[in-house]
Amino acid sequence: MTLTMENPAAQAAPRNDLKFACRGVNVHYGDAHAIKDLAIDIEDRLVTAFIGPSGCGKSTFLRCLNRMNDTISICRVTGDLKLDGEDIYAPRVDPVQLRARVGMVFQKPNPFPKSIYDNVAYGPRIHGLTSSREELDALVESSLTKAGLWGEVKDRLDKPGTGLSGGQQQRLCIARAIATKPEVLLMDEPCSALDPIATDRIEQLIGDLRSQFCIVIVTHSMQQAARVSQKTAFFHLGHLVEYGDTADIFNKPRDKRTEDYINGRFG
Amino acid sequence: MIGTDAEIRKLSNAIAEMGGVAEANLSRALDALSRRDAALAAEVILDDKRLDRMEKQVDEQAVRILMMRQPMARDLRAVISGLKIASTLERVGDMAKNTAKRAQILAEGPAHRSIGPVVRMGRQSLQQLTQALDAYANGDLELARQVWRRDVEVDELYNSVFRELLTYMMEDPRTIGACAQLMFVAKNIERIGDHATFIAEMTSYVVSAEAPPPADERPKAPLEAGFDEPEDSAPASGAAPSVGSNAG
Ligand SMILES: Nc1ncnc2c1ncn2[C@@H]1O[C@H](COP(=O)(O)OP(=O)(O)OP(=O)(O)O)[C@@H](O)[C@H]1O
Ligand SMILES: [Mg+2]
Repeated sequence: MTLTMENPAAQAAPRNDLKFACRGVNVHYGDAHAIKDLAIDIEDRLVTAFIGPSGCGKSTFLRCLNRMNDTISICRVTGDLKLDGEDIYAPRVDPVQLRARVGMVFQKPNPFPKSIYDNVAYGPRIHGLTSSREELDALVESSLTKAGLWGEVKDRLDKPGTGLSGGQQQRLCIARAIATKPEVLLMDEPCSALDPIATDRIEQLIGDLRSQFCIVIVTHSMQQAARVSQKTAFFHLGHLVEYGDTADIFNKPRDKRTEDYINGRFG
Repeated sequence: MIGTDAEIRKLSNAIAEMGGVAEANLSRALDALSRRDAALAAEVILDDKRLDRMEKQVDEQAVRILMMRQPMARDLRAVISGLKIASTLERVGDMAKNTAKRAQILAEGPAHRSIGPVVRMGRQSLQQLTQALDAYANGDLELARQVWRRDVEVDELYNSVFRELLTYMMEDPRTIGACAQLMFVAKNIERIGDHATFIAEMTSYVVSAEAPPPADERPKAPLEAGFDEPEDSAPASGAAPSVGSNAG
């Protein structure tokens, strides 16, 4: 029997290829330092959860990964962020192209005020991913199917996306995000506006999509992180405090701040 | 107080209180045995109901914490081990009660020279139990480790008492009744030693997140063959759950 204290286990070796390699990342909003010298490797084909108290910088860092922060004028991102070994902040990178590779789903479902069909077809159209109506139809159908929504909407594709329930809208947004065949799916609290059943559907969907994508999810539900992710990163005050296998983070976190946070002890 | 702290503390207090009652009942059962005091034995038997009630309360508290707080990491392990230790202590109480019942029977007959060694063995088990509970309450891994190693001593005492009783039975068949009672008492006490070991293992589980080893990896003197119960009688043997990974 090992009645000894746990050795602070070295960070587990990656199981999969690295998707993102980030080093020395700093983010400022004007004078406010939101992300502080952050380094993280994010693996492909698994789900990484970002957890941490409100305002710790989860969304800020998530938005670095597809340069969504570019749209915030006072936001300044520095450091090394590589996607498949390529610097995503290099001048020649087109952020629009990048966002087709790194899709995003937001906390509040935000379908465009268009038909269900056009919501999903939007990305493929602007990126010219299909060459015929038949091809586009097929892509819309397969995206909605992957998002687990096809059966519920196939007879009303011309109806507005905003007419769907919250859970359906979120799945529509996921279908929209995956229609451009991204490699990475960023999800910022995708279930926080959903009931437990709709949440369960999204979580199952995340499980299904995991084999094809690199998925990063921000969540305030420790149970959700434990259910859907294989890796968990704990952020606190702009720092990445602890990052490792989800089972370890929720079973034997190394840092007291992590232990306190996952047990709701942060004041 | 924020989060799970207050409730986990209440649960630990309830376990400590239960442990106190189990210790007291075992101690009084041993007194009843050594003094051949049937009245004291009767008190112990009655008091066992209290432990049953306390176990129920711990169960309810633990379910409440799980339901309302969904604890993680050490707090989660504290709740799980709390549940397991409460049921272990309830069984220790049953063994104290059984010892008391046999003490009542033995009180009716003449004194027997093996009572002394059995009671001494009982005191050793009681000490193990006390230290295991202290280790648990204080998260003291060193003390837990000591308790865990010393269970062999109770096993060895058991073997020697067992052989002694066999010898007396063969020498004087009129003592078979008393000796048989004492054999059961000795067996109860040996099991209480195992329960103390289990509580020590739970201490390590809570503090270090290491799942306890399989029961057959415990340091254990081989018990007298043929009269021992099968392997699976070890208390709530081993495996504490750990949070599974979503891999694969
Ligand atoms: N557009 C913005 N302009 C100025 N400051 C911002 C902006 N967005 C975020 N911040 C600041 O950056 C810090 C990190 O915010 P961020 O939204 O990344 O936190 P979060 O971890 O996602 O929190 P939550 O869990 O509440 O969503 C906060 O101090 C926040 O006030
Ligand atoms: Mg956020």
